[in-house]
Amino acid sequence: MSELQHALKASLKMGLILGLVAVFVALTGLIEDFNELDVISGVIGLGHAILLLISMVGGYVAVGTREKRGYLTAGLMGGLIGLLIAIVLALLVVVVRSVDIRSVFVNATEALITLLIFGKDLNPGIPILLVAGSVLGALGGIFSQLPPRIRTPLLTGLGVVLLFGVLQELVGGILANFDLPKRFVRFLFASKGLTPIGALLLFVLTVLVSAGGPYIRPALRNAYDQLNPAQKSIAATGLLLIVGLVVALIFLRLPVPVPETMGGAVQALLVFGLFGLLPAAIVWLLPSLRRQPAQRDKLLLRASQLSPALFVLATLPFMLGLYWSDVFDNFGLFVLMGLGLNIVVGFAGLLDLGYVAFYAIGAYTVGVLTSPRAWLGAEWSFWAAWPIAFGIAALAGIILGVPVLRMRGDYLAIVTLGFGEIIRVLANSDLLKPYFGGAQGILEIPKPQIAGLPLLTSQHIYYLILAGCLITIFISWRLKDSRLGRAWIAIREDEDVAQAMGINLVKYKLMAFAIGALFAGVSGAIQASKLSSIYPHSFNLIVSINVLCLIIVGGLASIPGVIVGAWIMLFLPEVLRFAAEYRIMLYGVALVVMMLVRPEGFWPAAQRRRELREEAEIAGGEG
Amino acid sequence: MRQRLAGRLTLTDLAVWGIGFAILAVAIWGTVATLRSGAYSPTDWVSFFIFGLAQGGVYALIALGYTMVYGVLLMINFAHGEVFMSGTYIAYYVINAFDKAGFLDAYPIPALLIIFAVAVIVSSIVAVLLERIAYRPLRRAPRLVPLITAIGASFFLQYAFARLFGSGMKRYPDVQVLSGYWQVGQLKILHMNVIMIAAAISMMIGLYWFVQRTKTGKAIRAVAEDKDVAALMGIDVDRMIVITFIVGAALAGAAGVLFALYNKQVTHTMGFIPGIKAFTAAVLGGIGNIPGAMFGGLFIGIFESIGPSLFFSGLGVPSPSQLKDVIAFVMLVVVLIFRPTGLLGEILAEKKA
Repeated sequence: MSELQHALKASLKMGLILGLVAVFVALTGLIEDFNELDVISGVIGLGHAILLLISMVGGYVAVGTREKRGYLTAGLMGGLIGLLIAIVLALLVVVVRSVDIRSVFVNATEALITLLIFGKDLNPGIPILLVAGSVLGALGGIFSQLPPRIRTPLLTGLGVVLLFGVLQELVGGILANFDLPKRFVRFLFASKGLTPIGALLLFVLTVLVSAGGPYIRPALRNAYDQLNPAQKSIAATGLLLIVGLVVALIFLRLPVPVPETMGGAVQALLVFGLFGLLPAAIVWLLPSLRRQPAQRDKLLLRASQLSPALFVLATLPFMLGLYWSDVFDNFGLFVLMGLGLNIVVGFAGLLDLGYVAFYAIGAYTVGVLTSPRAWLGAEWSFWAAWPIAFGIAALAGIILGVPVLRMRGDYLAIVTLGFGEIIRVLANSDLLKPYFGGAQGILEIPKPQIAGLPLLTSQHIYYLILAGCLITIFISWRLKDSRLGRAWIAIREDEDVAQAMGINLVKYKLMAFAIGALFAGVSGAIQASKLSSIYPHSFNLIVSINVLCLIIVGGLASIPGVIVGAWIMLFLPEVLRFAAEYRIMLYGVALVVMMLVRPEGFWPAAQRRRELREEAEIAGGEG
Repeated sequence: MRQRLAGRLTLTDLAVWGIGFAILAVAIWGTVATLRSGAYSPTDWVSFFIFGLAQGGVYALIALGYTMVYGVLLMINFAHGEVFMSGTYIAYYVINAFDKAGFLDAYPIPALLIIFAVAVIVSSIVAVLLERIAYRPLRRAPRLVPLITAIGASFFLQYAFARLFGSGMKRYPDVQVLSGYWQVGQLKILHMNVIMIAAAISMMIGLYWFVQRTKTGKAIRAVAEDKDVAALMGIDVDRMIVITFIVGAALAGAAGVLFALYNKQVTHTMGFIPGIKAFTAAVLGGIGNIPGAMFGGLFIGIFESIGPSLFFSGLGVPSPSQLKDVIAFVMLVVVLIFRPTGLLGEILAEKKA
């Protein structure tokens, strides 16, 4: 009996809290605006989907997957929560209808109310709302009690369909770039949202893949292990060649600008040679592997995974089209900055909140040196200005690093934040207007050229950024376990002990600032020539904060973490572009939720993961 | 003595101090040049000073919230600027309603008290929710993690307010009793400025009394000293932390209304700049130190008001008021160069710094 009471109390609490959340979401206008998009064309809009999802998630979470309950109890609990959420929403409907609260809540419009009661009158509308809420809540509750074998595929299927609904612009854009038959695309996508058949197909497919995945992989592995050595070699080589072939066929469907004189067959052969034949030949001809067929097969298999990844990296801008290439460029620039800040904050443990300063310095140096309208009028080429921009950024890192050598923790944070603001305010001021253009910034920065060809669009710049990222990733990776990297980590862990062990704090701290600043300078320099104009207000504190967020969300001191973090932090807002006005709000929620769920970051560095586990154990032992 | 000093002096010290002295030299040079040019009369300086003091009082009240939370949790409550904003923002609807009903003009004092109460309560609620949702689950997490949730919460609050209430600027109505000024010779002293200073100082005294004399204040100080030992002494640590948040938020809410009554407007982004300034002030005074935050806030306010004219106009810098923020931050750097733990900060152990 008391258990039932407990469950009842928990459901009541959950239902009311989520009801308030639903009202909040509705009053922000999110439901109304998101409903402009359909998840499934003509069936359900994104706004409705979100509203219904709240009930379902409520039921799912409140019932919980840990405790075993009967389906009936689970359904009742979930239903109660769904009902409560619906009741709170119904109250909102009644209040908005009877009292004018629009003067305070600007989004409490008639359109919202119509949406909440499914376009019906109050009389059938509110009962429908209540029933829909309870049913979905009950479904959520029952879902949580299904065995994981069934639950996971179903949830994945639902998630993927919803994801396609949210990402329809991106997916549609990418599909349009592949030279696919129009009919196929139209079969899946309506003008806004998936077609019902498309959604069903997608759902079934995902469920099948997700349910079958755990069985297929071991089965394949098993089959491979049972082959004899010669067969293994043949299978591995064959796989690599097949991958090459598939990649070549995909290439033919891509709008990559190749010289027209080159026929389709030649192109396909070239790509096949590059991504299938060449790696296979290299592995086979490596002298060190000649006596070790097992090693060679392993390498071949690895190559067959790596080669499509390389292919995707190499042709990405043409798969994505202009707009999404631009998004990817920004992603790359953030990776560059993230890697730099990762050295300062992640490796050396120096909390820097003014990192944008170095980005600005890199950008302004390139601007001043290359733009014909800048004060120097030097009109250097991008390649000549580049190294100077790096040098100045690194030097700035050292100069701004000296005054903060003695400061620790949060003192350091606020002073660096101040430096970032000082640089921006100075660039914006009338004092330096003759040199840096004041609020108007620097215009007409020329695009970089390679062998006389200007890198005009973001699709071209992509390769420059890719090269920059690869180099900095390599440098970071090599630094990490070097003498320098270990010194930084020692400083991060305990400055006093590090000094006692003979680490020269001044030298290593300044090195961290300089290298971090250098990477930001690279990013800024590329950004300046990419945009061909720079303004002081694009170098505000938010940039520093975003970079800090991305390295912590990804996992501090972890290089893959930077990439994962940049991916999350940049794609999240970009994907939500249709929700422009809600972007930052949702971004804030996402930051909080991500940190609550994974405080160690999404891809924590191995050492850090270990430490956290130890700390948790100690804390657990104490508690 | 001299030998010991020489042994401890390093090249780094010299370089760092060199930078500090260079900045000071520029400031002094600018001051001398400005004073010799005689562009401003003594009355100007006094009125700059009074305005700065009023502004500084607001900064100090916000800074107290930063410093108190830092004291108990050792974390920067980055969303404190939004706590400041939220109370003021909601209070706008109340003051607007009062103004329309004529209550504000008929009974200005009770009306204003209600408005202050609304702002204080709303700010406190926001702060308590913030602590409960974004900070409490992360007590044992690495130190940067609560900083990120704080940043996230700050973004969320700003834009949630923009979405709920519209992103336009809201005008605070004029209050008859607060407008007007006293004329002292050449000098005009705005009533509002005096009220801001008086309110800020009385609230600070109240806070000081609360923290130093009451039992709860003592418990908060114990928690700030050592949470585990405080818990062993029978202090409910979680409750003390919540109370700390409430006190900080109440001060911020009150500061917000003062700020809005003076500037006559609220927006969803109004908390950002004062928040950063107050944070600077808290660090300037020595973070975690309550009198430090008060002095820091007043310092920043005064220097920001006087500084641009005093340091820059003599050097022939065009539109010196643009460089207001530079002064606040450069002052912070100079202070920290000579006193790395702030004006009143004690030498903190490694774990606390």
